[in-house]
Amino acid sequence: MARTPQPALLSAADVARVVDRIAHQLIERAATAADGLPQLVLVGIPTRGAPLARRLAARIEAFSGVSVDVGTVDITLYRDDLRLRGVRALESTVLPDGGIDDRLVVLVDDVLFSGRSVRAALDALRDLGRPQAVQLAVLVDRGHRELPIRADYVGKNVPTSRSQQVRVHLAEIDGTDEVLVEEGAR
Amino acid sequence: MKRHLLEAADLDRDDATLVLDTAAQIEQALAGREVKKLPTLRGRTVVNLFYEDSTRTRISFELAAKRLSADVINFSAKGSSVSKGESLKDTALTLEAMGADGVVVRHSASGAPHRLASWVKGSVVNAGDGTHEHPTQALLDAYTIRHRLGRLEGVRVTIVGDVLHSRVARSNVRLLHTLGAEVTLVAPPTLLPVGVGSWPAEVGYDLDAVLPKSDVVMMLRVQGERMNASFFPSAREYSRRYGLDARRMAALPDDAIVMHPGPMNRGMEIAAEVADSVRSTIVEQVANGVSTRMAVLYLLLGGSPQ
Amino acid sequence: MTNYLIKGAKPLGGDAVDILVKDGRIAAIGDSLSATGAEVVEADGLIALPGLVDLHTHLREPGREDAETVETGSRAAALGGFTAVHAMANTDPVADTAGVVEQVWRLGQEAGLVDVVPVGAVTVGLAGERLAELGAMADSAARVRVFSDDGHCVSDPALMRRALEYVKAFDGVVAQHAEEPRLTVGAQMHEGDRSARLGLTGWPAAAEEAIIARDVLLAEHVGARLHVCHVSTAGSVEILRWAKSRGVQVTAEVTPHHLMLTDECAESYDPVFKVNPPLRTDVDVVALRLGLADGTIDAVGTDHAPHAVEDKESEWASARPGMLGLEQALSVVIETMVEPGRLDWAGVADRMSVRPAAIGRLDGHGRPIAPGEPANLVLVDPTTRSTVDPAALASRSRNSPYAGRELPGRVVATFLRGTPTVLDGKAVK
Repeated sequence: MARTPQPALLSAADVARVVDRIAHQLIERAATAADGLPQLVLVGIPTRGAPLARRLAARIEAFSGVSVDVGTVDITLYRDDLRLRGVRALESTVLPDGGIDDRLVVLVDDVLFSGRSVRAALDALRDLGRPQAVQLAVLVDRGHRELPIRADYVGKNVPTSRSQQVRVHLAEIDGTDEVLVEEGAR
Repeated sequence: MKRHLLEAADLDRDDATLVLDTAAQIEQALAGREVKKLPTLRGRTVVNLFYEDSTRTRISFELAAKRLSADVINFSAKGSSVSKGESLKDTALTLEAMGADGVVVRHSASGAPHRLASWVKGSVVNAGDGTHEHPTQALLDAYTIRHRLGRLEGVRVTIVGDVLHSRVARSNVRLLHTLGAEVTLVAPPTLLPVGVGSWPAEVGYDLDAVLPKSDVVMMLRVQGERMNASFFPSAREYSRRYGLDARRMAALPDDAIVMHPGPMNRGMEIAAEVADSVRSTIVEQVANGVSTRMAVLYLLLGGSPQ
Repeated sequence: MTNYLIKGAKPLGGDAVDILVKDGRIAAIGDSLSATGAEVVEADGLIALPGLVDLHTHLREPGREDAETVETGSRAAALGGFTAVHAMANTDPVADTAGVVEQVWRLGQEAGLVDVVPVGAVTVGLAGERLAELGAMADSAARVRVFSDDGHCVSDPALMRRALEYVKAFDGVVAQHAEEPRLTVGAQMHEGDRSARLGLTGWPAAAEEAIIARDVLLAEHVGARLHVCHVSTAGSVEILRWAKSRGVQVTAEVTPHHLMLTDECAESYDPVFKVNPPLRTDVDVVALRLGLADGTIDAVGTDHAPHAVEDKESEWASARPGMLGLEQALSVVIETMVEPGRLDWAGVADRMSVRPAAIGRLDGHGRPIAPGEPANLVLVDPTTRSTVDPAALASRSRNSPYAGRELPGRVVATFLRGTPTVLDGKAVK
């Protein structure tokens, strides 16, 4: 099916601004926590959640001078739609040495859509430890939730139709930063 | 990936690498966890169909399936309808009717998993068939080599012993070749099959000549009853010519490892001091077997809609 | 008895003629024959051959009537163009007494579709230990002339020597299943590259060749007739060629499957391809075709070996060896020998009728197509190709290795002493 290219929804500068904003929000939120920023763990959901989590950590350190822990959790083995999507190669699950028990875990992902990835990530976290609380940060929320899940930090809300595709490109993986909306099914 | 894993040749280089990478990720994901369980295959049924006693292989597959939350049914030939003469085909149709998503089969007849695969809809995993193949053993061996040495490409692997009757050797020759390793077989000529020349491996009779050029030595189990069929004159002579003892181990390069698929005949093909040395990966191989088999089950059963 | 006028058939592929069959014999051959009262069979260019003779058929009766009976096997034979088959002795009970061979012979007479010629066992119970009562079988109503422990080799050299000598008294022949048993313990397939890879115990060519070499020397020494069953290797052909050049009275047969199929078939682990001796290599197939073409191998013997489904739908090692052959034998010979130009129709008649009849000392079979001769005839359409469907075979079993293969040639009619057993490609009864 032909895809109609659209102008970028978010440019590289937009992405940088959004990441900065979420970093500030995280600093603010963490200030209300018992141990402050050191209690925070940013856990990226591969593929693109992982570099996003690292970027957020870097910005938090730049703004506050505090280094926060970063991890990744691969959710493939927790998905409930493997039969539909087919198997794929796994990616890393790496947690900070101290683990996640009693900490504030913020899951980081690029796009929030049905909510199924987040559900899988929550299941994975449950097997990995018992956080004090879990929150969610996403670059783009495109709607169409299928589960009672909402993000605590949203870079941009984007109303889309189901047939559209939201593509996030990040320099670490794709060579450039941008968010595109495309028409047509995958 | 193909739907079944019947022999090492079912895996091309990309598939084999995917299995090893997946096993590594699973191992990493489960490392240090209290709950060593993933929901991946919830609701799927794996049947362990074992016509031959092999506690270690069956337990390894059982643990792998259970850690992926599959329902596991152990169906062993003893004490079942199989011992009452039910044919392999009838058993297959029974499993099919029960809705098995995967069948892990161990059988004394070469090719039994191939036959089974023609009768069932689910995926068939060969857990050792006669003197043919044992592909998941080769995968866990490759995993162990890569883990210890950091690579497979160009690694010099010497497989020593009863190649003629060894499914482990057949699977390893094929898989290690696929993954770029250089395999040499060393055995008395009586324990090499006619036709071994067509295999992607060097063949030699002199263990001492090969050891200094080996990054990996894989010792195969040699069964005592082969002696009675005149494959070699005596256990003592076999051990002297083809056994791995401390003196021979010293001839290996510094970082070379010693492998054995188990169960071992200590004192026959491998000396106790070698089996227990730091070069030995024998215990690691067992642990790696579970991750590797989880990877195989995930890749074969995870995405397949029935 | 109905008389038949076969119009426009080509005897041995020669010019089209009419053949008048009267009172079980060929009454006349010529152009535009007419005969009032005779039923006309329009042959219209079909090849006419003498009725085929098989030296090697397993009819399974008595003992395994679920796999084949004398009647169903006879029907399969007639549909394959045969007018005589030699029924192997490995039944249950074994055909090692006059009583059993007469029973088989009588069943064949009652079926009335082909002449069923019993083969007698060489040793009691095929056990390879002491001679069966060969003379009693020879003197019985079944007139046994071919003796074989087929399925087992007469491996004891002294016993083999005695058997070769003993049957000289009644012009018999020992048909040897050449397999040195100590070299084939647990053997599953040809020993070579494929067996090494497939992990199936190998059946070395040398196990066959060693016995043939030994037996031709014994036959020469005692001046006896030897027949070698189902020759399968290039080395065997060489040994036979050498023996014949020395004047040894040795004859040999090759099966249709060894002329066409190789050990590549084992790759599927489908036991329909398990047979003894095993399917060999391309090199062997070529040597066997050349051997049959130059007469080193005298005959095609089907080794038709029906097996019940449960004996074949299993893992390879526990399946029984053997495959069907009667209904496709001529097609395979056309495909492998006639179409490539290795054998003409006279050659086909020689290897599938004349010589096997001579080896079995059968009167009335393998005769020329000429006035006065018994009307044992087969009419063949050599060009029609069809795909083999095991379910459509007349045999009670389904273990055809040719399932799904397209083969040339169709038997249109078979006459046994002037009576059609097959007409329009269908069994008459």
